[in-house]
This record gives sequence, C-alpha cells and structure tokens, in this order.
Amino acid sequence: MSWTDHLLLMPVLLPLFSAVAMLLLGGEKRRPQKAALNLIATVALLFIAVALLRQADADPDGARVSVYLLANWPAPFGIVFVLDRLSALMVLLSAVLGLAALLYALARWHRAGSHFHTLFQLQLMGLNGAFLTGDLFNLFVFFEVLLAASYGLLLHGSGPDRVRTGLHYIAVNLAASLLFLLGVSLMYAVTGTLNMADLAVRAPALGKEDRMLLEAGAALLGIAFLVKAGMWPLGFWLPPAYAAASPPVAALFSIMSKVGVYALIRVWLLLFSEPTGGDSALFGSNWLLWGGVLTIFYGSMGVLASQDMARLAGYSVLVSTGTILAILGTGHTSVTGSALFYLVNSTLALGAFYLLLELVERGRTAGADMLAVTLEAFGDDAFTEKEVGVAIPAVMAVLGIAFVCCGLLLAGLPPLSGFVAKFAMVTTLFEPEGLAAAPNATPTTAWVLLAAIVGSGLMVLVAMTRAGIRTFWAPIQRTVPRVQVIEIAPVIGLLGLCAVLTVYAGPVMRYMQATATALHAPHDYVRQVLAEPQVKERRP
Amino acid sequence: MEMIVAIAIGVLTGSGIWLILRPRTFQVIIGLSLLSYAVNLFIFSTGRLRIGMPPVLEVAAKGDPSLYVDPLPQALVLTAIVIGFATTALFLVVLLAARGFTGTDHVDGREPET
Repeated sequence: MSWTDHLLLMPVLLPLFSAVAMLLLGGEKRRPQKAALNLIATVALLFIAVALLRQADADPDGARVSVYLLANWPAPFGIVFVLDRLSALMVLLSAVLGLAALLYALARWHRAGSHFHTLFQLQLMGLNGAFLTGDLFNLFVFFEVLLAASYGLLLHGSGPDRVRTGLHYIAVNLAASLLFLLGVSLMYAVTGTLNMADLAVRAPALGKEDRMLLEAGAALLGIAFLVKAGMWPLGFWLPPAYAAASPPVAALFSIMSKVGVYALIRVWLLLFSEPTGGDSALFGSNWLLWGGVLTIFYGSMGVLASQDMARLAGYSVLVSTGTILAILGTGHTSVTGSALFYLVNSTLALGAFYLLLELVERGRTAGADMLAVTLEAFGDDAFTEKEVGVAIPAVMAVLGIAFVCCGLLLAGLPPLSGFVAKFAMVTTLFEPEGLAAAPNATPTTAWVLLAAIVGSGLMVLVAMTRAGIRTFWAPIQRTVPRVQVIEIAPVIGLLGLCAVLTVYAGPVMRYMQATATALHAPHDYVRQVLAEPQVKERRP
Repeated sequence: MEMIVAIAIGVLTGSGIWLILRPRTFQVIIGLSLLSYAVNLFIFSTGRLRIGMPPVLEVAAKGDPSLYVDPLPQALVLTAIVIGFATTALFLVVLLAARGFTGTDHVDGREPET
C-alpha cells in the first residue's frame, strides 16, 4: 500500500490532529499560533482535496472508486471510506469555502471568542468525514461532529441574538438527529447491514412487508436530511440562524445545508435509483420534486420580504436548496448533472455573499449594531486593538462590483456561472430524449420547474437590486467602511472561482455528468466497495 | 415482553413530543431527553429482545445465531447514548446562556403578550 492510498483518510485526520494541537496550545494568549496552525492545516487540506479530486477523476470515462478499509476489516463488516467523484467534489468545495472563511475571519472575527480555530477545524473534520464515509451509522457520527462544532461556531461572538437563534438551531437539529437514528435503526433491523453499498445490494431482495419498513426508515432518514437542507416546511430555522451567525461562520455554513443535500443524493440514489431500486425505484421522488418547488416558492417570497441583507441571503440559501431538490426529484441523469453544477455555483456565490454583506453593511448602522453587541459581550480588548493590515482603495467601487457579481450569480443572469447552471438545468429538462427518459418528468412538471427556476431568479434579482440601491445609492451621508485586503480577497477569490466555472463550463460539466451517471447507475460503486481486497500482512 | 417495550417507547415518545412543543426551555430539554431514551430503546430492540442470551460468541460453543442476540445494535446504542448525552449537556449550557441574556426561560427569549 503506497502512501497515496492513505491520502483518502487525510481530510479527516488532518483537521482532527490540528484541532487537538490547538486545544493543547491552550488559551487566548496563543491565538497567533493557533491562527497560523489553522491556516496551514486549511491550505494543506485544499491541496489534499485537489489531489483527491484528480484521483477520483483519473479515468475520465469510468466510475473508479477508491475505497479505504478502516482497520483492514473487509467491506460489509467494517467501516469503509469511499472516494468517488461526488465526495471528492464536496470535499474540495468545503476546503475552498473553509479557506475563504478563515482568511476573512483572520482580519478581526477570530478574536470575538476563545475557541474559534479549534471549532473551525472540527467543523471541517465533520464535513469531510460525512462526505467520505460509506457507512450509514458512521455518517450519523460525522453529522454529530459537524453539528456539535457548528453549535459552537454559531454562538461565536455571543450576544442575545446568537444565543436565541442558537437555541432554536440546536433544538431542531437534536430532534432531527433522533429521526436520523430511528431511520438508521429501522433500516438495520430490516436489512441487517449498515454499509451503504451492502444496503443497495440487499434492499431490492426484500419481501413486501420488509420493504414497507425499509421505506419507512428511508423516509425518516430523508426527513432528517431535509431538515439540514432546509426544505419547506422543515427549514424555518435556517434564515434567522444564518443571519445571526458571524459572517465567516455563515459563509462556512453555506455548505452546511448542502451536506443534507449530499447525504440525500448519496443514500437515495444508492438505494432507490432505477437500476438498483427494484420495486421501490425512485421512492419519494415526488416528495422531493414538489417539496422542492414549494421551497423555491417560500424562499422567493422570503427574499422579497426580507428587509436586511443577512435574511435575504438566508432565503437565497432556501431557494438554492429548493432548486436542487426539485431538479433531483425528476430523477434523470443529465438533469442531476446540471443540478450538481448549480450546487457548486450557488454554494460559492452564497459564501461570497455572506462575507460581502458584512463589509457592505459596515458603513451602516445595522452592521455597527452587530459589532457593538459583540463588543459588549466580550469586553473592549477584542475590538479596540488597533486595526492592522492594509486597507484597500476605492472601497465602495470594489464592494459595489462584488455585490453586482453576487446578484448576477444568485439570480442566474449572464455572463457568470449562475446563468450557465440555470441554462443547463432548463435545457436538460426539456431535451426531448431527456424528457422521454426521465421517469418522473412529465411536460407539466417540466413547465412548472421552468417557471419556478426563472421566477425565483426574477425575485432574487428584484430583491438584490432593491438592497443594492438602498445600500449604494440611497444614503446621502455614509461613512465609507475601512476594508482590509485580507477581508475582500476571499470574496474576490470566490467570485473569481465562479468566473473560472463560467470559462471552463465545458470540462466542469463533463465532470458533473460523469458524477451523475455514476450516481444513477450505482452498480460500479457497490461492486468496487464490496470487492475491495484486504491489505495483506507484511511478513519479514 | 415486546408489548412492554413497545408501550414504553410509545409513552416516552408521546411525552417527549408533547414536551418539546412546550414554550419553556426546560420542558424542551426534558422532552429531548425523553425522546432520546425512546430512540435508544428502539435501537436496542432492533437486535431482538431475548433474555439470557449473550451478544458475544463463547469459546468452543456452537455458532448457532439463534442462541445469541445481535451485538451491533448494543454498540450503536452506546454510541447514541454518548452523543445524545454530550449534545444535551451542550444544549443545557446554551439554555442557561439564553436565560442569562434574556432574563426569561421562554424559548423565544421574551414572554408572550397577554
């Protein structure tokens, strides 16, 4: 076994060990060391994620899956880590967002609480573990790791607002975790296995009565995932919680709601895709489709109704989740591919928007309020330190252009990748052979989806325009905020990545389509996971 | 025995759901605890409810699965208990912080207007 085989484990081990090291480093005095360690670990994670992505895509046409048997137990008995295109993509996405959020936080926000860096690394560990694991119960454990870290991060900076929404967030997620457990144990009771690949083998062979129990378990599991993803009516907690979180944390959270979507794609398509689903193929796809459409509707109304930008961003998260879910609900391969493209695009754009909006609002009273609250809670020393770092010139122009880019991306207008994503979704939805082959897409649903996608884009555009006018043009007297390079750089970086996505839309789309093809025909995945040989004992 | 366990799970779940829908934070936390007890019992029961059966194979004994209970749900239950305990403790801390900030134990941070 060469060292590159162990690379698969690094996205979990590296954050774990750096978090432990930070805990050992101790209290507030060592913050610079912790920040440096955090930065090094996150940059290393980014490189590892790129390497993993290349490994997953080494064979452009095939569906090669890398499997790591933990403690060398063979597949259905031990816990396995599995790397395929989808998990590699998600790990890379979380590393990119993590780096952007961290750079932003280094300017000032990491000083607003004591254990920011430790929690940050643990959050990344939970995210990566959830993306890489091939075991249902292990998925639960990693969900709990990432949730526990997110509880701490959400409360970072303290203040009544964060504590109140944090209370709701924790209560909702604890209840969802219980549903998760119920679903997992029901599935185990029926099939006798927790390995996802093995589940996919055993599920179609079940009798009629057991099948009912399996579907009940899958439905409970689905509810737990959809609470995380924020589907209507399970997502009321999301906009206030994300709005109350400190900006770097909110940016990192923009991938948190996508974890629910990821888990749903993974488990749902393994168990209930057409080739492996048997009698219950595409079970629940109507719920996804119509639930997604309702989520888009609810999110669009929320976007129009929200008065401040943080809430607007929260409802945009709901719109993007709803779009992905609705598109997935049609159950067709090429449509899933374009939904994945949209997922990457909207996650990056929302991350950039969450970082940007605090910079924009810094000149206004609303932003000042938030800082004042933190100041009150944490004493003066956190923020009266002299500002270090280089401020950028022409602040308003830079902020304005970044804001326009965010608006274009979220609304899905040309020339940026938001348009490419929406265009791809609509085209694949209406392709004649696509429509005929899509098992759950009648012309009516395709038209409803088209209306929802285009309509939500319009709503987001209206709301963003209004917010932009109110912020950039309307104020007669406003203080121009002081923005440091390290704060605006992550925003520009994320938006630049979206521009890169636009330019390289062809290769990226090829990757997404390969991912979707593998997801909709999970035989290769299942076979490779279950056939992974144990490592032979090395004899001297 | 199945009946007793099933009724226990049902009662715990019912009380838990009623409590988490109540407006006081303390009621919510007790409700979540009751729900997690119910879920733990449920997981435990998926490994068959049998008395006097070991979950671990004995040395030189027959490898007949009907003589044993499934050990895996017991391991799952242990993990679930530990995680549930930790998250409930964390929730308790947030609950106290909310009480300190808002001066009330209402989940919305303010008393409803009468």
